[in-house]
Amino acid sequence: MKLKTILLGSIFAAGAMSVSLSAQAAGRLNVVCSADNTWCEMMEAEFEKEYDIDVSMVRKSSGEAYAQVRAEASNPKLDIWWAGTGDPHLQAAAEGLTMEYKSPSLDKLQDWAQRQAKNANYRTVGVYAGALGIGYNTDVLKSKGLPAPKCWKDLADPAYKGEIQVANPNSSGTSYTALATLVQLFGEDKAFDFLKEMHKNVNQYTKSGSAPIKAAAIGETTIAITFMHDMVTQKEQGAPIEIVSPCEGTGYEVGSMSIIKGARNLENAKIWYEFALNAKTQSMAEKAGSYQVPSNTEATVPENAPRLSDIKLIDYDFAKYGEAKTRRHLLQRWDEEVKTAPQ
Amino acid sequence: MRRLLWFWLAIGWIGFVVLPWYQQEYGFWTLEWLTDGYTFYGDYAPAILQGFMFDRPWLMPVAVFLLTPFLVIKRPRQDPLFGNVLIASGLCGIGYMLLQGFAIGVFGFNYPFLTALFGELDVRQYGLGYGALFCAASFLVLFCTGLAARGTMRGDVFVTTSIGVIIALVATFVFFPVSRILISAFVNHDGVLSAADFLRNFAASTVWGLGCFAGGVCGVAWNTAILAILTATSTTLLGLAFALVVTRTGFVWKKSLRVLTVLPIITPPFVIGLALILLFGRSGTVTQFFADLLGVEAGRWLYGLPGIWLAQTLSFTPISFLVLIGVVEGVSPSMEEASQTLRADRWQTFVRVSLPLMRPGLANAFLLAFIESMADFGNPMVLGGNYDVLSTDIFFAIVGAQNDQGRAAVLAIILLVFTLSAFGAQRFWLGKKSYATVSGKADNGAHISLNPGLRRLCYGTVIPWALFTVVIYAMIFFGAFVKRWGFDNSLTLDNYVEAFGIGWSDHGIVWAGAAWDSFWTTLNISVIAAPLTAAVGLTTAYLLVRQNFRGKNIFEFGTMLSFAIPGTVIGVSYILAFNVPPLELTGTGVILVICFIFRNMPVGVRGGIAAMSQLDKSLDEASLTLGANSFTTFRRVILPLLRPAIVAALVYSFVRAITSVSAVIFLVSADHNMATSYIIGLVENGRYGVAIAYCSVLILVMLMVIVTVQGLIGKRKLRREDRVATDISTTGGKTAVSGLREKHS
Repeated sequence: MKLKTILLGSIFAAGAMSVSLSAQAAGRLNVVCSADNTWCEMMEAEFEKEYDIDVSMVRKSSGEAYAQVRAEASNPKLDIWWAGTGDPHLQAAAEGLTMEYKSPSLDKLQDWAQRQAKNANYRTVGVYAGALGIGYNTDVLKSKGLPAPKCWKDLADPAYKGEIQVANPNSSGTSYTALATLVQLFGEDKAFDFLKEMHKNVNQYTKSGSAPIKAAAIGETTIAITFMHDMVTQKEQGAPIEIVSPCEGTGYEVGSMSIIKGARNLENAKIWYEFALNAKTQSMAEKAGSYQVPSNTEATVPENAPRLSDIKLIDYDFAKYGEAKTRRHLLQRWDEEVKTAPQ
Repeated sequence: MRRLLWFWLAIGWIGFVVLPWYQQEYGFWTLEWLTDGYTFYGDYAPAILQGFMFDRPWLMPVAVFLLTPFLVIKRPRQDPLFGNVLIASGLCGIGYMLLQGFAIGVFGFNYPFLTALFGELDVRQYGLGYGALFCAASFLVLFCTGLAARGTMRGDVFVTTSIGVIIALVATFVFFPVSRILISAFVNHDGVLSAADFLRNFAASTVWGLGCFAGGVCGVAWNTAILAILTATSTTLLGLAFALVVTRTGFVWKKSLRVLTVLPIITPPFVIGLALILLFGRSGTVTQFFADLLGVEAGRWLYGLPGIWLAQTLSFTPISFLVLIGVVEGVSPSMEEASQTLRADRWQTFVRVSLPLMRPGLANAFLLAFIESMADFGNPMVLGGNYDVLSTDIFFAIVGAQNDQGRAAVLAIILLVFTLSAFGAQRFWLGKKSYATVSGKADNGAHISLNPGLRRLCYGTVIPWALFTVVIYAMIFFGAFVKRWGFDNSLTLDNYVEAFGIGWSDHGIVWAGAAWDSFWTTLNISVIAAPLTAAVGLTTAYLLVRQNFRGKNIFEFGTMLSFAIPGTVIGVSYILAFNVPPLELTGTGVILVICFIFRNMPVGVRGGIAAMSQLDKSLDEASLTLGANSFTTFRRVILPLLRPAIVAALVYSFVRAITSVSAVIFLVSADHNMATSYIIGLVENGRYGVAIAYCSVLILVMLMVIVTVQGLIGKRKLRREDRVATDISTTGGKTAVSGLREKHS
């Protein structure tokens, strides 16, 4: 019994010490990261290498991160929110959850990154971009003798019955971008007609945006609609994936970064902000297996990244389709007309 | 008693005059404030200085309630004034602390009418810290001492205080957060009360739609209920088959079957789902094999109801087994013998006698599986397909693109109503019929074996299922060693290196692996949570078994409640309740520890009750007669006899803290990331290999802990609540003890 008490006591003490020791560094920064794990970890390591600032990083999907920022609005614990699709960043900006900040390196950024900042009254900024695309598993496609899709419209072809996977726009920002893209391409009614046709071919509406291409990579589905850089990641890991840029044109996301309003380590957050916009930092994404297009014009674009210049991009209206009203309307219509339709 | 009172008053004054009143920004354990300008820096100052120097005069009245006890402390305890003043001081002290805490927050007054009354307040206040904690504890003890002095619990201060503390804890960490979620169901996106929003969310066709009977999809509430009923049925039947094989046949590997019961406890979430995809997914090994063999199209049947059902049956069958094995063992052989003497054959005996006697156990197993299925998050997350269930829907209502907290709260309420009614039904049923077969009389004779037909049926189900379980777990370990699950099955150690790599540098060991951080945090938090869980659970059990007081039933229900609340609901409600002052806990390790304590406490309570009813009350009485008070009795007599129950509670809460996921994902923060939430990130990004490697390490760690503890204590029943089995030994113990007594007299 005595021994146990001592043991327990020492465990407690060790626990207490390890917690308190971690709090000794000079400066701190609490980062929420909405990119791929590996990329998040690399950013943290590189930043700590360069600055004497103790970074505490947690990885959360952009939806989760937004939920946390919103929940903590009256008492923020986070300092900066790095990466993740642009819509939640814009929404946070519109609700005044993030702070206005104009970086000195703003004019070194691509147009779309600057536009993102302007749309949000400089409460956010673009750090990378990625276009939507169609990906398919070449092995499965061949074994089933199906034609390769080239356009959005092809996906309504009854031959693909049960072969397509896409995320549920209610839960995934990626899929909402796809929904908004189709509405902007075809007009709202035509877009929903198309979605109802395609619905017959969809085997599953996944929760997470990038899940469909992962399912395609291991052959659980044939065709996936996701962001192209997610497809490249799978392809680079050896999956038999072919990437298609739809012939009608496609929409894109602007991965963003925002400083949380009321950040407790504001100065350090600004240091991170500049660090993340730096060309050198942005050029490193490839090493972490991320193939988005960097927002700094001087950063090197990964060789395998889908070049935005080769893709027919639509003039995506972030302001309108990021708005809560439009979003609610489109999602409700999708729920009523597409999700519940018979397959 | 007088000495204790002085002590607790001193604690209160230390809290008020010495310790920093407000919370430390960087965690509960940091002692930075001691060296960093303590006392005269606003953030670290104790309440008394806050009041005088930092414009927070509303803290001063706290001192009044710490002074009043001195007026009566010299009076005899029989004097009603003594008790009454203590009660009033304690009650007013706590009440006032709460009042000012809720009224004044980070942005001044929390309610507009207060601003209107007192004008704009530009001094803010943060969460309560050490000082406030000390004061609150002191007030609570004052209040309970007062009650005891007025005759509550026959004047027993220890018992009164224990009850008071447990009630305060359960109220703060179970009822308060749950009430917050109930309120937020009626609040719309802009923070305005709105019944219309509640009704719209509640009555939505996505919740209650019956489309699946017409070829479409059903509402998520029905989906959840259907899945839970299916899972409960299949696990109960399988569990029964396992229990029959172990107790009523000459099966050779009985012992190995029992090992299966440990598996679900030490299995991290997602793992079973992932293994199933590898086997039965469209490109799964088994699917491909049969598709080639039979020339049929490989299907996606796994995604949706069938897949979740299969995974849950795999996960929860061992739990039913555990519950039923005690019940099946407990059916008195004399009854069966009587039936056979009356010329019933073995089949008739089984159907007419044994089975009805097992009914309460079957109901218990069924309802337990029902609740587990409802609360399950990992399996539907991985295998759900288009089949939505409440637990995942709640998650995505909060984190998904819809960000609808109101909807999440409404769904959480529906889920809560489901599980609570199942929980209520379970308690009702057990209360009425429980274990009537286990009488005090000695049971002689062995159980009759099963009749051949039934035996074959049981073997036919149990053996393939057990093998299937083994294959699944083998796949899990195999998956950790392959390059890329699914399409590159060459063996590699990369996954382990990435997660748990260790390097050497000039300064010593470098924990290079990406998983180390969350791994140590997880162990740290679990090790801290386990003893606290056991302490709270066993104290509660002691009160329930050994003490009689008014409202005991409600007290018991309150302490067991958190078992029926699904993790997602707990997670959401903790965020709502503990993100703002006065209790500001989000982002700390403390909130994780607290969450684990109150989620796992019911198991400690159950185990404690079972073990404690084994000890004859004459032991307590002897100790009390010899002049010990109830605290000494508890410490010196009861606790040592409870060693197995303590160990069980410790192990269980340690292991559950490692594997739980649904509540944790809402509560992790940058500094305190837990293994399971890290694994979710890996799964989300398709890094199955690393995720599985991490899981396998966790499984090994937990196995090691269980085996070590088992080896140290050398008892069989170290695991879960196992209450039926303990109940049987209870009777055995009782007869033994009463037998002893007879001999002595």
